[in-house]
Amino acid sequence: MSNAPPHSAIIRSDHHLLASMVSDGARVLDVGCGDGDLLAHLAATKRVDARGIELSRDGVAACVAKGLAVIQGDADTDLFDYPDDCFDYVILSQTLQATRRPKVVVEQMLRIGRNAIVSFPNFGHWRIRTSLMFRGRMPVNENLPDSWYDTPNIHFCTIRDFVELADEVNAKIVQAGALDAAGKPVAVTMPWWFWNLVGEQGIFWLARR
Amino acid sequence: MTKPASEADEPHSQVLRIPADQPLALESGLELGPLQIAYQTYGTLNPEKSNAVLICHALTGDQHVANEHPVTRKAGWWSNLIGPGKPVDTNRYFVICSNVLGGCMGTSGPANINPATGHAYGTEFPVITISDMVRAQARLVDHLGIERLLAVIGGSMGGMQVLAWASLFPDRVFAAMPIACAAKHSAQNIAFHEVGRQAVMADPDWRSGRYFEAGVRPVKGLSVARMGAHITYLSESALQRKFGRKFQDRTAPTFSFDADFQVESYLRYQGISFVERFDANSYLYLTRAMDYFDLAADNGGSLAAAFRGSKTRFCLVSFTSDWLFTTAESRQIVHALNANGASVSFVEIESDKGHDAFLLEEPVLYRTTQGFLDAAASACGVKA
Repeated sequence: MSNAPPHSAIIRSDHHLLASMVSDGARVLDVGCGDGDLLAHLAATKRVDARGIELSRDGVAACVAKGLAVIQGDADTDLFDYPDDCFDYVILSQTLQATRRPKVVVEQMLRIGRNAIVSFPNFGHWRIRTSLMFRGRMPVNENLPDSWYDTPNIHFCTIRDFVELADEVNAKIVQAGALDAAGKPVAVTMPWWFWNLVGEQGIFWLARR
Repeated sequence: MTKPASEADEPHSQVLRIPADQPLALESGLELGPLQIAYQTYGTLNPEKSNAVLICHALTGDQHVANEHPVTRKAGWWSNLIGPGKPVDTNRYFVICSNVLGGCMGTSGPANINPATGHAYGTEFPVITISDMVRAQARLVDHLGIERLLAVIGGSMGGMQVLAWASLFPDRVFAAMPIACAAKHSAQNIAFHEVGRQAVMADPDWRSGRYFEAGVRPVKGLSVARMGAHITYLSESALQRKFGRKFQDRTAPTFSFDADFQVESYLRYQGISFVERFDANSYLYLTRAMDYFDLAADNGGSLAAAFRGSKTRFCLVSFTSDWLFTTAESRQIVHALNANGASVSFVEIESDKGHDAFLLEEPVLYRTTQGFLDAAASACGVKA
């Protein structure tokens, strides 16, 4: 889960938007928290009770060295241990596409948390579509730097796919956002098909229906 | 002369002496009193008494965690981790380490004189448990006037004590750091301990535990026990890297049972040097205490119940090559803590040094310990 491209402008704006969805003093679990940048940001600015799960040993060690409560674990297996409703928000930032069973992960997030916030690279983005259409190749770019045979990202989806997944797991979309290639939010008033085309990142705040 | 004066009775440490009218109620149902607790402290307790860190030692460790050992003259066993400017910074924290109940370095144990008989307890000493050790430490913490410990830290048997502290006295432990340990002793671990105990008891000089009166010590038996145990503290790859099949002071086999191989020579040395500083009966009692440890069984079969409602912050650490206390066992504790919604960190450190890794130069352990402890201290308002 440390595969998310670290510290790029896109990721930071994604954190910014994620953080804006979290209320002050909330209990937050960041699944795939990497080096803990988002958790540290939330702890500092929103005084949240910040917890994390991270797959990479180095990431966990970096988090704990910062004083964050983070365990070495796996989104696919370790969410089952938590009791129902033990978090206000469960965040999955740039990790969904690397899980083995994304649907189960989202279901578990909504079981252990009242709210789930998911951000992911949108495979419906026009650049990816053109890469496939005109080059006939899987996309490799600054946000998705790995070749198809190296990538830990095994379950790409588009914004429209995710909207359907939300419906399938019986979640309501409290708020949705998309960031364009420059990391700028896409105008809220646009229809889904437009977001799916120009949004490089999809960010969804889900709650149980 | 029943027994020479020793570290057991007159240790090179501060000693808390608890009179017979305030006995310690043991898990076995027996009472122990009078008793004494030998301890070392480092740093200064702040006026708020909020900066105390209790270190729990492992099976063959003792209270000399960060000072020169009075018998071996070696540096304290965790002096790489604890001291001025170290990860557990004694300029900021008041560090306490006591010899465990049943030990042989000044806290009451089988090597101490039984006041009722005038000779060493030997096997008359009551069988004690990890919880008993912790309850004895709680007496010391009471004596020092400390209501709540900022942190309790320990590895191996020390880690078991940390878990017992958090379970028995959740309100007295703000942060708990159990390292390279488990919530129960496995069948394999009990089996290894039994081999060690049988080695001690098979030594004719053990004399059914009454060796002090006979003026002898079961040197051979205890040495063999230590040799066997020492193998379990190392990984196969660490042994291979350190010794391989290298010969000791020779270039070819001698076709005898001399220590031809370096690894043999090394183990023999480990055995002999251990005997100089450790009491054989103590070894029996402490290994037994570890065998009996099963935190889930103590809580109706549920490990989660051991930590129900816990407000303590936890940080667990395991090492990849530790086959005595595996990552899977640490993870079981993490799962139980998660089931309670407890605040828990868990780091598995990559190392090929086996169980002993927790005592060795390990920068990730240093950073983890410092980060966890400093965050706890900040949350408690302990000045930097």
